[in-house]
Amino acid sequence: MSAEALRVAQGVWVRGLRLSAGGREILRGVDLEAAPGELVGLVGPNGAGKTTLLRALAGYLPADAGEVRVAGADPRRLRARNLGRLLAQVPQVATLDLDFSCLEVVLMGRYAHLRPLQRQEGPGDLAAARSALAAAGLREREADPVAVLSGGERQLLLLARALAQDASVLLLDEPTANLDLRHRLAALDLVRGSVALGMTAVAAVHDLELAARYCDRIVLLAGGTVLAAGRPEAVLTPAAIARAFGVTVSTFPDPMTGAIRLSVLGRAES
Amino acid sequence: MVGAPAPALVRDIVWNLRLPRVVIAGAVGTGLAVAGCVLQGVFRNPMADPGVLGVSAGAGLGAVIAIYAGLGVRSLWSLPGIAFAGALLTAATVYGLATRAGRTPVLTLLLAGIAVGSLLTSAIGLVMILAHEVQIQTMLLWLMGGFDGETWQQVAVAVPVILAGSAASLLFARELNILATGEESARGVGVPVEWTKRALLALCALVTAAGVSVSGTIGFVGLLVPHMLRLIVGPDHRGLLPASAVGGAAFLILADLGARLVIRPAEISVGVITSFLGVPFFLYLLRRQRGGMGL
Repeated sequence: MSAEALRVAQGVWVRGLRLSAGGREILRGVDLEAAPGELVGLVGPNGAGKTTLLRALAGYLPADAGEVRVAGADPRRLRARNLGRLLAQVPQVATLDLDFSCLEVVLMGRYAHLRPLQRQEGPGDLAAARSALAAAGLREREADPVAVLSGGERQLLLLARALAQDASVLLLDEPTANLDLRHRLAALDLVRGSVALGMTAVAAVHDLELAARYCDRIVLLAGGTVLAAGRPEAVLTPAAIARAFGVTVSTFPDPMTGAIRLSVLGRAES
Repeated sequence: MVGAPAPALVRDIVWNLRLPRVVIAGAVGTGLAVAGCVLQGVFRNPMADPGVLGVSAGAGLGAVIAIYAGLGVRSLWSLPGIAFAGALLTAATVYGLATRAGRTPVLTLLLAGIAVGSLLTSAIGLVMILAHEVQIQTMLLWLMGGFDGETWQQVAVAVPVILAGSAASLLFARELNILATGEESARGVGVPVEWTKRALLALCALVTAAGVSVSGTIGFVGLLVPHMLRLIVGPDHRGLLPASAVGGAAFLILADLGARLVIRPAEISVGVITSFLGVPFFLYLLRRQRGGMGL
């Protein structure tokens, strides 16, 4: 199978996606590809269309034009439950001030694998949930109510729930927003671990340096179009960043990690 | 009391007056508590109760119009039938008003329900102004809710609807658990969120409409019972919904017993009893909510 065919069959593949909401065109012809074993970062200023693109990938918003394929299927044409077996999502917001235990919340990720009306999860579901909890470093918290978890732990728990889903594609909307340094790394290490096992991941990321360090490829969105796509060092150039964000930066490789670092100099002349 | 009544009379009272009353009270209690529990889950709001869809106000308007038009209060197909139609029509209107492009945001639904409900409550007031004094008495009694004069015929029509609707709601326990984490989050794991909400709202409207059309508006069962049981059995709807079904039945049967016995030989409306228990509890919840009220 060619690399292109593999992307279409198992990863994420978007061509010429146009999408408007509330009478405003938010995506104006977006192309996107992510292959199995690849973490693709969506970066761009507020309002660039990152969240809208993720929602379109999840089949939640209808396209005006263009094609969307997730694991070979059009997400708009799949039943929610069937989509849930192909595609896992880490939502930007979730209510976790609940009396459910951490294990119970991670088990919710098994929903799409249960028969309709099945009352109790099976041993396979429990094993998947426990191993996802362990991968997220929350094994000891399994019986704790989710309400007592810190913000960082909650995000790891939602990631664990998505991993328990056993889908081939993972969508993440700002998985590191509001997390402290350690939890940011923990969350992205967890994503990298799943990608290493063959998952396809697409994540909207605000922090450009974090995106540069963790993503295999970066898609820079601005005003609903793709300004640049490719390896982080090829995309995150001072010129592209100035065009997308309206700021002047200078970039340099991090002396320790080699990843792109930014020095923000100021707002660019508009 | 005049000595010991004849056994035949006792049998007649128990079988034809008391028993249908107990059966209806139990079924209505089940229906209201299950509907309240489901709606609190769907709305992710601890203040939701079976009245939020405007169902009670719709049934009430149907009932006062039937009484105003001089239709028999206890004839099955007149008053309860019109109340039932009013309830379902209201729920459908509220749902339609809150739905746009196939989506029904719960906050919009809640506000539409409150708006339509208060409009209908004013309309009830308007009909009562036009009504005759004797009619007003009947209307007030109906609006306060109660189980006196229930017949086997009413049991046969209302109880299967209520129990079937409640039983069907129990099948959505897992979806309700996941919805507690938020709609976007539920969609993420594969829950068909809009379809689930639509099915559950329809079931709640049906169950509540069938209940209030035979018993009048009985407040706070749908609010009170699920919360009490949530404190006891926890938030998992797989346990909470069956517990609400049983607890609601027990609560209303006891409240109805209280209504008959507290000021014998007169009778207090059961709606008064449940509200006197419900309002203080509601206020307690309101005070607690500031500290973060989980569902």
